[in-house]
Amino acid sequence: MRVLNMVQAINEALDLALAKDERVLVFGEDVGRLGGVFRVTEGLQAKYGESRVFDTPLAESGILGMAIGLAMGGMRPVAEIQFAGFLYPALDQILSHLGRWRHRSRGRVGLPVVVRAPYGGGVHTPEQHADSPEAILAHTPGVKVVIPASPERAKGLLLAAIEDEDPVFFLEAIKLYRGARAEVPEGYYTLPLGKARILREGKAATLIGYGGMVEVMLEAAEVAKREGVEVMVVDLETLVPLDEDTLLAAVRETGRAIVVYEAMRTGGFGAEIAARIAEGALDYLQAPVLRVAGYDAPYPPFSAIEHLYRPNAKRVLAALRKVLTY
Amino acid sequence: MKPKVVRYLDKGEFPLAEEEALRLYRAMRRARFFDEKALTLQRQGRLGVYPPFMGQEAAQVGVALALEEGDWVVPSYRESAMLLAKGLPIHTLILYWRAHPAGWRFPEGVRAVNPYIPIATQIPQAVGLALAGRYRGEDWVVATSIGDGGTSEGDFHEGLNFAAVFDAPVVFLVQNNGYAISVPRSKQMRVDYVARRAEGYGMPGVVVDGNDAFAVYLEAKKAVERARKGEGPTLLEALTYRLAPHTTSDDPSRYRSKEEEEAWRRKDPILRLRKALEERGLWDEERERALLAELEEEFSRELALADSAPEPRPEEIVEHVYAEMGPDQKRAWEALRRGLHVEEVG
Repeated sequence: MRVLNMVQAINEALDLALAKDERVLVFGEDVGRLGGVFRVTEGLQAKYGESRVFDTPLAESGILGMAIGLAMGGMRPVAEIQFAGFLYPALDQILSHLGRWRHRSRGRVGLPVVVRAPYGGGVHTPEQHADSPEAILAHTPGVKVVIPASPERAKGLLLAAIEDEDPVFFLEAIKLYRGARAEVPEGYYTLPLGKARILREGKAATLIGYGGMVEVMLEAAEVAKREGVEVMVVDLETLVPLDEDTLLAAVRETGRAIVVYEAMRTGGFGAEIAARIAEGALDYLQAPVLRVAGYDAPYPPFSAIEHLYRPNAKRVLAALRKVLTY
Repeated sequence: MKPKVVRYLDKGEFPLAEEEALRLYRAMRRARFFDEKALTLQRQGRLGVYPPFMGQEAAQVGVALALEEGDWVVPSYRESAMLLAKGLPIHTLILYWRAHPAGWRFPEGVRAVNPYIPIATQIPQAVGLALAGRYRGEDWVVATSIGDGGTSEGDFHEGLNFAAVFDAPVVFLVQNNGYAISVPRSKQMRVDYVARRAEGYGMPGVVVDGNDAFAVYLEAKKAVERARKGEGPTLLEALTYRLAPHTTSDDPSRYRSKEEEEAWRRKDPILRLRKALEERGLWDEERERALLAELEEEFSRELALADSAPEPRPEEIVEHVYAEMGPDQKRAWEALRRGLHVEEVG
């Protein structure tokens, strides 16, 4: 099987979705002629025309609002927000409408909208280009939040998101765009939303994360193994709806849980995971649930120390030692 | 140069076919009737907070009736008159303002969506809905509405710019009633007319006497036709006045004078149209009484329908969040259905 990076895998998914369903539209800032600042939409405008793959004015609220209206009218828009940290001008559209329309119209107006956005740090992007706002999105009723950790998962999950009848935020870790490479199946396939995956079995502790943190957890697990400690690794993949069953089963099995996320620690999605574990697996716990997360500060644009903000394998291993010796 | 304010009434002009004029009048009178009844129901505790539109019937009905059945209305919260004129059943509207879920699903056949409560968010959505028609090979036009205050929002700017760039078939109705709740137009913007901004977006801007049903209707017709022909959006500014409070919770005496209200009462769009119809022998007291009797009968029937809506079920809270319930909704739904708190079944 051929090996693709994340950019290529997502591009292929968009290509297949555009080919399969003429209601699918791809738009955003610079996604047309340029092919996106990360080249995720490269070649799509040439292949499908300016009517289906197009550049919008530089206005995120307008992009989200237009996507909502297009979906209302029966289309299946796939909007790109250039960086997840640029979603904020569109928050009124997102919080007040995107996830609310089905509820406020009692089922008449469903919005099959996909919003793709690159998120996270680790590649020395400029200030405000490395935010991880997934907790804000997950705290919005009526939307789904998907964050893939590898190219083959990204392709199938994006196609599932586009087929979904509800709004889906699809966050793509910038660090993985060209950093993650994997064998990706040819052709059209979907992977189910709302299912967490056990990537690695182990009895000592359970590492839980998603997106760009999955490779960090796997690296930590590999190091731990060399020291004779086998840990379980869970990739949540979909934050909303959350696969609580898989999560709790994985924690009950080891009795020790470490949640890894690169957003700011306080109020991050990892806090929700920790709360779910406290509610559903307290009796099994042999140590406090720990969070390895970004610090309670803005993502630092200072390149010499930037790497200290984003969790890495060393920090995960430090947490692991703590729960194992509790 | 001051934009021209399009006006026909009080100048003795009668630019419409008689049937069309009568249709406008009946729809406006029907809307006013609803507004008055709604205020009464609210005072009786039989309606929630309600934003009356009294005084703005010509602007709203004029635009709604300029649309075809297949066209859409994307309203803000004050557009109950527009919704009624577009065919939303009265009992649905009563249930909507009662905050009863049965009134929140507008019937499939009615090309109107639920009113928008946040300010100006409807503007870019109307653009998207309009463009969807083009993709689907439909020729629907979208009419959306906003107040003078709402034009200060970023979404107003983004939406109009998007509409112009994509030649979206939209009619943007700005009901300039002089106030954003309490803040007068002069403190909202430095321009005398919102429609001046149209040029900045690259679309035509038209100012009409918003209490002149003929002017609104005819200019809206032109804008709808332009949109349908693929010539893009129009910004239609209707100069009008809200004769009633912002909502049933508002006290306008704190920000405007009785004299000002009185002056606008004399320009009541319904009285002005009625006068024109009477001068032409198309209307009189007897016909008015007959119409009111008809409206009274219709309203009682519709109110009874609304009153007969079953009490909402507790579990409706978590229905329609997603097309298919997620595990968290499912758990809450089960608990609510059994009359339990979700914490008890956790």
